[in-house]
Formats: sequence, structure tokens, C-alpha cells
Amino acid sequence: MDFFDAFLNPEIIATYLRPMVRAVWVTIWISVLVVISGLALGALLAGLRAYQKRWLSWPIVLFADLMRALPPLVLMLILFFGLPSIGIILNDWFVLYLILTLVLAAFVEEIFWATMTSLPRGQWEAGAATGLSFLQVLVHVIFPQALRMNIPPLVNRSLTISKMTAYGSVIGVKEIVSVAGSAQAFSGSATPLTMAALAYLIIFFPAMLLSRYIEDRFHYEH
Amino acid sequence: MTAAQPLPTLEITALEKRFGETQVLRSIDLKVQNGELVFVIGPSGSGKSTMLRCCNRLEEPTSGAIHVNGKPMLGIPRKELDRMRLQVGMVFQGFFLYPHLSALKNVTLAQRKALGRSKAEAEARALEMLDKVGLKHKADAMPSELSGGQQQRVAIARALALDPKVMLFDEPTSALDPELVGSVLKVMRDLRELGMTMIVVSHEMHFAREAADRVVFMDGGVIVEEGPPEEIFGNPKSDRLKAFLSRVSGEAA
Ligand SMILES: Nc1ncnc2c1ncn2[C@@H]1O[C@H](COP(=O)(O)OP(=O)(O)OP(=O)(O)O)[C@@H](O)[C@H]1O
Ligand SMILES: [Mg+2]
Repeated sequence: MDFFDAFLNPEIIATYLRPMVRAVWVTIWISVLVVISGLALGALLAGLRAYQKRWLSWPIVLFADLMRALPPLVLMLILFFGLPSIGIILNDWFVLYLILTLVLAAFVEEIFWATMTSLPRGQWEAGAATGLSFLQVLVHVIFPQALRMNIPPLVNRSLTISKMTAYGSVIGVKEIVSVAGSAQAFSGSATPLTMAALAYLIIFFPAMLLSRYIEDRFHYEH
Repeated sequence: MTAAQPLPTLEITALEKRFGETQVLRSIDLKVQNGELVFVIGPSGSGKSTMLRCCNRLEEPTSGAIHVNGKPMLGIPRKELDRMRLQVGMVFQGFFLYPHLSALKNVTLAQRKALGRSKAEAEARALEMLDKVGLKHKADAMPSELSGGQQQRVAIARALALDPKVMLFDEPTSALDPELVGSVLKVMRDLRELGMTMIVVSHEMHFAREAADRVVFMDGGVIVEEGPPEEIFGNPKSDRLKAFLSRVSGEAA
């Protein structure tokens, strides 16, 4: 048995190409949804925290700390296998989407908050002095700066969280790892696993290039 | 000034400000008439910035009253405060241009979001104001591409574009290299010629002599002495003012 036969067997590739392509799409759309909603929710939470109302800040900080401390997989297992015992049954992909979104939001909130508090007070005051409301200052002055200053960590977090879609295999989401794993078990060949690795490269290599482009594009000097 | 005075453009009445235990301003009274340039001097920590910042409520006064054209700044809802702030332009020592926006966008932002002007109207007005401060050709430049003096002039244009009734300047040239100070003072002089009402906190004494209608000397949170520049600089009455003037002229020499 030579190398190609084990890792890149043409027959096996032909057999599992279709399900693998479908799995790639599942991985892509869950990732895209997670990144969009995670960024939006994280920014929203940081914005709410900026109002400096204790009854708002306190739960937000607690949420961010919990979500960053707990392994996402544990949260998924609790939701997917624990909740049915009290009669709540959630879709496998929805559990994956929800947990990854919340975890990303927690990190994004912390990233935004750190920058918002480090911006000169004059930025807030210049906005307020020109008659902008608190929300307008937040949206037009503070957020755009927080976003631009944090493109690299935000991109890194987004890529990391997208790769965590692989956890979906544990709760039965038909994403790349899950499909490749079953194919490997069924065929006894390592080829589907090679296909999985290639699939991730195909998805994340362009994502990486895109992130470099975004970093260059929005970089500005202070 | 005549006996029958018109409504002051800015009126500060019995203004007090405490930060916790520290009393920073005590019973400040100041009337600024339309078109007047009032120059404020005083040692560091005397409360000059705090007084200006109380005028547009970047600092919350402990007690007293502020009126702009007879309308109260205090005890009004936030929405009304945002509207009132449009009438009070402020220029900071640190410029605080929005670094992610071009010079033009810095000047259009509040026009559009706070005044509700259309894009075309706001841009036309912004270009007019940038022209006034001599920077029309820099409309598309980012703040990081501008010198300190240019940034400060854009900041002035940003405030002017909202058609304020009064402009507050808090040490507008203190953060600038000496060779850039003149360009900003020139803009302020032009503004005065055009009849803008201004309160200027600054250490540029020669500017005060030449451009101020009135000089106010603050020390320890009170207005110690005020009068025309010739009086304040030529014939100071209080010992504190005399000491202050000899100190700053000593520094300048
Ligand atoms: N946010 C604050 N909290 C506590 N104390 C403050 C605060 N802001 C100002 N002060 C105090 O109020 C006093 C007056 O400060 P202010 O900045 O108004 O002085 P200033 O006349 O503008 O001085 P400078 O010439 O150095 O700018 C100072 O003693 C200062 O320490
Ligand atoms: Mg000051």
C-alpha cells in the first residue's frame, strides 16, 4: 500500500466528493453566520456597556468572562444533550451556531471595550460638543475607530471561531470533520481525512488573503 | 458699552463647581456680549478650562446658571442640551479631530447627524469653512496627514460649520510648535473681524493685547479682575494679577 493509495485514493475521492462538497458549504455558511452575528452582538454589548449603568454592565461582564472561560464544546454538549432532559430540543446546527456566536461575541465585546476606554476622552467630548447624542458619538466616532484599530485581533478571532465549527461533528452537524470521519470509518481509508484537510485549506486560505487585504485597507496611522 | 445692554450672547451666573471636596469655581459671573472677544488668563489650576467646559456642560456645574442668548443650558433634557450645544462651538487644546475621517468628513459629520443637513449642503458648507481657515485644498486629507496647526484649523472649521452663537477656545495653540501658532491665531483674528463672539483661554498675551475686548483674570476659582487689555496689562490693580503678569513676562523673556 503506497502513500497515494492511502491518502489520495482516486476511487474514494470520487465516492465521497459530493458529500464533502456539501459539508464544505455547511461549514462555510455556519462560519459566515457566526462571524456576522458574533461581531454584531459583541459590538452591541460593548455599546451597551458604554452607557455605564451598573445593571447593564454587570451582566455583560459576567457573560463575557463566562463565555471566554468555558470551553465551547462543553457548552454545546450541555445544550445539545442536557436540554432535552427538560424537554427543550434544539437543532444540532443551531446549537453550534448559537454557542460559537456567543463565544465570539464575548471576545469581540472585550476587544471593543478595551479600545473604547483607551481612546482619548477628547474624542467623546468633541462629538458631544458638536451636538451629537451619546449614541451618535458611539456609532460615528467611537465604533469606527475601535473597529479599525482592532482589525487584526478581530480577524484572528473570526478565523479561530470558524475553525471551531469542527466541534459540530460531536453533536452530528454534517460539516467537514463529521462527514470525513464517517467516510473514513465506512471506507477504512484515510483519504476522506486528506480531503477534509484540503477542504479547510480551500476555505481558509482565501479567508486569510481577504483578512490581509482588510488589514492593509483599513490600517491608518495615529 | 452703554447702560441699556442687549441680551448677552453668553451669560454665566453664580457658577460653582466642586470636584468632590475641592471647590474649583466659586460664584463666577460673566457676561459676553454679541461680537465680543473675552480673553481669560490665570495660573495653572485656576479653573479656566473648567469654566469653559461648564458652558457647554462637558463638565456638570454644581450650581449656578448658564444662558446662551437668554436660553438656559442647565436643567434641560439631554435632547435639548444636544440642540443647545450646537450654539456653543468648542476648540480643544488637543484638536481631537476624528482620525478615521477626512478633514471634509470631520466638518460634515455633526452638520449631517446633529443639524440634519443634506450631504450636498453639509459639504458645501464644510468647503466654505475649510476655505475660511485656509485649508480647502486639504479637504480630502486625513488628520494624520496634517500638521498640528492644520488640524487645529480643521477643528475650528468643524465647530464653525454648525453656526454657533459663541466659540470657546481652550488653549488652542498650546500644543503647537511655535512656528504653527501664527496660522491659528490668524484664523481667530479673522473670526473676530467677522463678528464672532468668543471666549479664549490662552497664554498668547500679545494676541490678547491686540485682539481682546476684555481680559478676565482668574485665580483660585474666582474672577479676580477684569477690564480692557490696556488696563489689565498696563495698570493691574490686584497683587495676584501683578504677580501673575510678572511671572509670565519673566517666562517669556
Ligand atoms: N475631573 C476632575 N476631577 C478632579 N479635579 C479636577 C478635574 N478637572 C479639573 N480638576 C481640578 O480643578 C482645578 C482647575 O482645573 P482647570 O483645568 O480648570 O484649570 P486651568 O485653569 O484650566 O489650568 P491649566 O492652565 O493648567 O489648564 C485644578 O486644581 C484641577 O486639578
Ligand atoms: Mg486648562
